[in-house]
Amino acid sequence: MLLRGKAHIFGNDVNTDYIISGKYKFKTLDMNELAKHVMEDLDPDFYQKINPGDFIVAGSNFGCGSSREQAPLAVKYANISAVLAQSFARLFYRNAINTGLPAVECDTANIATGDELEVDLTKGEITNRTKGIIIPVKPLPPVMIKILNDGGLAAHFRKHGGFNF
Amino acid sequence: MGQTIAEKILSLHSSKQVYANELTVARVDLFMGQDGTSPLAIQAFQEMSGKKVFNPAKVHLIIDHSAPSPIEGVSALHKLMRDFSRETGIHLHDIGEGVCHQLIPESGQIGPGSLVIGADSHTCTYGALNAFSTGVGSTDLAAGLISGQMWLKIPETIKFTCHGQLPKGVYAKDLILKLIGEVTADGATYMACEYTGETIAALSMEARFTMANMAVEMGAKAGLMEADEKTYRWLSQFTGQKFTPVKADPDAVYAKELTYDTAHLVPQVAKPHRVDNVCPVDEAAGTPVNQAVLGTCTNGRLEDLRIAAQILRHRKVHRDVRFIVAPASRRIFLAAMQEGVIQALVESGAAVVTPGCGPCVGTHNGIPADGENVISTANRNFKGRMGNSKAFIYLASPATVVASALTGEITDPRAYI
Ligand code: SF4
Repeated sequence: MLLRGKAHIFGNDVNTDYIISGKYKFKTLDMNELAKHVMEDLDPDFYQKINPGDFIVAGSNFGCGSSREQAPLAVKYANISAVLAQSFARLFYRNAINTGLPAVECDTANIATGDELEVDLTKGEITNRTKGIIIPVKPLPPVMIKILNDGGLAAHFRKHGGFNF
Repeated sequence: MGQTIAEKILSLHSSKQVYANELTVARVDLFMGQDGTSPLAIQAFQEMSGKKVFNPAKVHLIIDHSAPSPIEGVSALHKLMRDFSRETGIHLHDIGEGVCHQLIPESGQIGPGSLVIGADSHTCTYGALNAFSTGVGSTDLAAGLISGQMWLKIPETIKFTCHGQLPKGVYAKDLILKLIGEVTADGATYMACEYTGETIAALSMEARFTMANMAVEMGAKAGLMEADEKTYRWLSQFTGQKFTPVKADPDAVYAKELTYDTAHLVPQVAKPHRVDNVCPVDEAAGTPVNQAVLGTCTNGRLEDLRIAAQILRHRKVHRDVRFIVAPASRRIFLAAMQEGVIQALVESGAAVVTPGCGPCVGTHNGIPADGENVISTANRNFKGRMGNSKAFIYLASPATVVASALTGEITDPRAYI
């Protein structure tokens, strides 16, 4: 899987309330509607700034807080192709993979807002074309690769009729 | 090789002995979803071509986060939960019954050694009962409803040994805030916490739930304790079922072992906008308070309401403070009424809302205005958490919250006890 887009930088400990505020997520299952409010409390215009395929790039503990799957879904429906972070909170990581949003653990220190990135999940590396550097990616556990390759956990279940690792 | 509590409980629910960092597909004793996560789970259930729930008796859906519904969109999602529950025969807890993390322990269906999966991050609360319980997302829940199973990575464990007795006016909430401040918000990510030592042994079950509840604020997957006489006495109110308690082996392997002396602990406050931004109460003292909240799955239990009533009896909350009380369950609400606790709180100026999440997550029941300060017994103070990103949330024990409601500013409760 090869993904291309620009980086949008966020800091450490971006919690699920920032990704999508509780006041929206309880109201609707319309993810296109929720996507408009993604990261709104950190950057009110963020949704407008996204070009399809772009990346959210963050520090450590991305997605800490609630178990709301609306968080990775809102990111995915906002046309973000992957989240790259130094580390992820457990629930976000799990939910991202289950819903088919790549969550990539890597060193994000050498990425700045606007950098052109190429993320190769198969090869396990990121090319920062703006800076001309290659950043290695921490490999996903095999179970998660299986789920991602099937297109998320729902598709995995449809395909296999249950857990099949 | 010795095992931690987490390794043992997960082994008991797997087809093999498992140790930290291994993967397992485990049999689950009980599943839970709430109104923020269940609608998506129902959708995923249908997407997965789910026909029936593996065992309806082992599934509880709870309407507590926006209950009663404040807006049409939510009403439609609540209806979806009610319809699904009726069709599949699973338990539905409708508005007014209480917050999920009180209702599941009160169900009598879980206890020492159980494995519980909930679509809510604070599912770790039941670790106080010596159960391995953890939060997942909606798609995971849907997979569980179909298969009765969950795939899990066995967590490593951090062991917290707490020596000494908490001083007067200092509570489990202060202790867990202190630990979170030291370990930080991601200090236990992907791990389990075991809490042990004489401080923990001396805590009531209510106080133990508070400590287990907040394990996730360190990033942890579970917050576990051993079972003792108090555990069994508490459970006997709800069930006659016998459970198998699980202890860690003496040679269990821990990722880290931390020791604390709690005898000199002072009341703690988490300042905006991070749960690990913790300080002793005097550093925050004097901050004006516009709204005080007593309740949530962290501190809405009978013991918490009693502490509040004791401090408030024959006193009035400050006229500039809105004091909101949300009992954790209907059972607790009724018991507090019977004891005169609710009477005392209301006479002091409390606005009592429906048992459930109350204003914790900003969907209803008291959204603060721009620039306002809130002091709350909840577990999270993220920016925007209570529905307004321009408000400031401080977290503290019920005693500190109530003392602050009295004076109109953040106050050390020890003078009032
Ligand atoms: S009371 Fe707050 S933290 Fe607890 S389940 Fe409800 S919203 Fe979540």
